Amino acid sequence: MNGVHDMGGMDGFGKVEVEANEPTFHEKWEGRVMAMVRAMGANAGLNIDMQRFSRESLPPAVYLASSYYRKWFLGLVSTLVDRKLVGTDEIEAGHSLHQNAPLPKGKFGLADVQRIQTRGSFQRDVASQPVFRIGDKVRARNINPTTHTRLPRYVRGHVGTVERINGSHVFPDSYAHGGGENPQWLYTVVFTACELWGEEAPDPTAKISVDAFEPYLETA
Amino acid sequence: MQLRVRALETVLTEKGYVDPAALDAIVETYETKIGPRNGARVVARAWTDPAFKAALLKDASEAIRTMGHENRVGDHLIAVENTPARHNMVVCTLCSCYPWEMLGLPPVWYKAAPYRSRAVKDPRGVLADFGMTLPKDTEIRVWDSTAETRFLVLPMRPAGTEGWSEERLAEIVTRDSMIGTGLPKAAS
Repeated sequence: MNGVHDMGGMDGFGKVEVEANEPTFHEKWEGRVMAMVRAMGANAGLNIDMQRFSRESLPPAVYLASSYYRKWFLGLVSTLVDRKLVGTDEIEAGHSLHQNAPLPKGKFGLADVQRIQTRGSFQRDVASQPVFRIGDKVRARNINPTTHTRLPRYVRGHVGTVERINGSHVFPDSYAHGGGENPQWLYTVVFTACELWGEEAPDPTAKISVDAFEPYLETA
Repeated sequence: MQLRVRALETVLTEKGYVDPAALDAIVETYETKIGPRNGARVVARAWTDPAFKAALLKDASEAIRTMGHENRVGDHLIAVENTPARHNMVVCTLCSCYPWEMLGLPPVWYKAAPYRSRAVKDPRGVLADFGMTLPKDTEIRVWDSTAETRFLVLPMRPAGTEGWSEERLAEIVTRDSMIGTGLPKAAS
């Protein structure tokens, strides 16, 4: 979706502010949110792209005004409510008021912690061969789905070069929306700064790459 | 927020969805066990062991598995090497993708709009915000983490560190030097 989360190339956000000796969490609740997102993600079958889409779908003004973990909290609540795992009245009350179905993988307990410390593999074998080869010129397609996608706006319509083939991976555009893993070939595509930002690019010699799934690309 | 978050945790606990002790364990892991020291060890090893460095640049996930990290690194980690001719920096313009197992949870600036918006358009300007100026003829390469691939920058080993042990070298490898928004601490 063309949301405010897709920030590459936007102006006006100011300088990068670095905090010296930043703590892992600024407040205790941030850690609880992170842990609940991980735990519910693992045992309620909320995959990473569903979670991303829940945050991208926050109203733009809310997204921009919220701290990182506030976005995670709001995204988690909306996902749990949508799936009828939790009611808004229950969050209001601070207690469980209804009987809900158990989680697909059951209660998230101590024995599950180790399992989520390792990122899973997103590589899936497919029968097809990659359409593009290293060195091919490709154009990022001008797609504008209102659903989840990982092709940022700033590369759409632009021509780059295939630099790496990263295997065939779970396709976020399907995975976020119950369409299954639908694995697709994944490429690192590199663009020149002038191709993306014009001859007046602030740093004309820079090169910028995205990792793009095959359905995002066409022969240039 | 504290109250709202506690309310949600109470609901999830009462429904039997989560054990609060398991949430404690997750928080503790990220506060105490997983952080940039993991990545720093990898960089220091690459600086001292040419065979490991070659393996790291070929397949970082596989190479790091041989080091026996406490938390196994996931697949799809890619190490990118800084040279006098090329400086790498990593961003996630769409959200906050970051090599957690190597660097821990990302800092606020990495997840915030100023960095995410400008890193791909004006990387030199962003580096200036970090107090970093690169030679004009150094090409900057920005890696936007748009898929489940993750990137670890292998910074250049500072001059004056010849003969240093791996442990001593790891001390000068900063988090930002592995994102590409900083350099290792100078030898002293």
